[in-house]
Amino acid sequence: MSKRFQRVLVVIFSLIFLLASALLILFNVKSNIVFFLTPSELQIEKHNNTIVRVGGMVKENSYSTYNNIKKFIITDNEKEIFVNYEGILPDLFKEKSGVVVEGKLINDNLNASKVFAKHDENYMPATISDKLKEKGFWNKNY
Amino acid sequence: MFSFLYNPGKFFIAAEKSHNYIKMTAIYLMIIGILYALVFSPDDYQQGFTVKIMFIHVPAAWLAMFTYALMTIYGILALSFKITFGYIFIKAVAPIGLIFTLMCLITGSIWGKPMWGTWWVWDARLTSVLILGIFYIIIMILNRSFDDIENGEKISTIFVLLGSINLPIIKFSVDWWNTLHQPASISKLASPSIEISLLLPLIVMTIAFKVLFLFLISLRVRAEINIRKQILKE
Repeated sequence: MSKRFQRVLVVIFSLIFLLASALLILFNVKSNIVFFLTPSELQIEKHNNTIVRVGGMVKENSYSTYNNIKKFIITDNEKEIFVNYEGILPDLFKEKSGVVVEGKLINDNLNASKVFAKHDENYMPATISDKLKEKGFWNKNY
Repeated sequence: MFSFLYNPGKFFIAAEKSHNYIKMTAIYLMIIGILYALVFSPDDYQQGFTVKIMFIHVPAAWLAMFTYALMTIYGILALSFKITFGYIFIKAVAPIGLIFTLMCLITGSIWGKPMWGTWWVWDARLTSVLILGIFYIIIMILNRSFDDIENGEKISTIFVLLGSINLPIIKFSVDWWNTLHQPASISKLASPSIEISLLLPLIVMTIAFKVLFLFLISLRVRAEINIRKQILKE
């Protein structure tokens, strides 16, 4: 084995070793890295009275305001979480679109302190989406 | 034929020869791209005018990662085959990568405020890009903090390789963990989820950024080769 070849081996193997160890660590602390839990991942007994971030879709026709307090339901089509929030909602907040809410969980009620809108990966000119809606071809999977 | 990719002298000549062409291409492409992206492209159905930020943010983010990937390749070459050009390249290119990372972070948070409702969150994607920026800074500091230049180069190159673990983490962070940042729109194999009239300006901007990057590399590496010659003379 030439000296050069040895150096190549050392470099390559240490890289692979490092990558493997980093990934092992990252996947074992998965619960600390995720930004939010979905309503069905949330364990109400465990997370009760703690501050959590919950993400999901805003349920259709669930949004209402009462005395400046905004109420809506987050769902992942399995479980639902009821949210109360006082404050300004981001531009992209809409029913049937993604949202991440941070706040204190009390049973299945969440008293939110922050609401983030989650943008999906779809980009489309406004004129086209209007046309699609007119013709009834609109579906979210575009 | 490709020896200019690892031979400092040949790189210098090739860079000088192509200087004007690359410069003019970069300028023209940038003008076309910015006009196309900022003036002649339509607004998004959800984001409205804010979508324009994407045309800067996405190419900058890609380049931030691409720069680091190049540095990693040259780092492996430098450490295992003792190619000096690799050390020169890393030293010259790290600041460029840092600038693109900062561009990506700043435009991203300007976009995030109206769209998500926050400047910054500690989700996996944003944090890993921040770490990329910190690695660029570490590499630049290490390169300059040793009396013996060759020592500093070696140690900073080892750090380049250490930090390269971050690249797949950045790329796949949006798939592995749930993040506030949206998943990739373009690398989806099926069909990109960007409509063609928004995708075209993005492609033009990406090419413009790449050519600009090539021009910056050619300038910075030449400067670094000159500095090295000076030091060796003394």
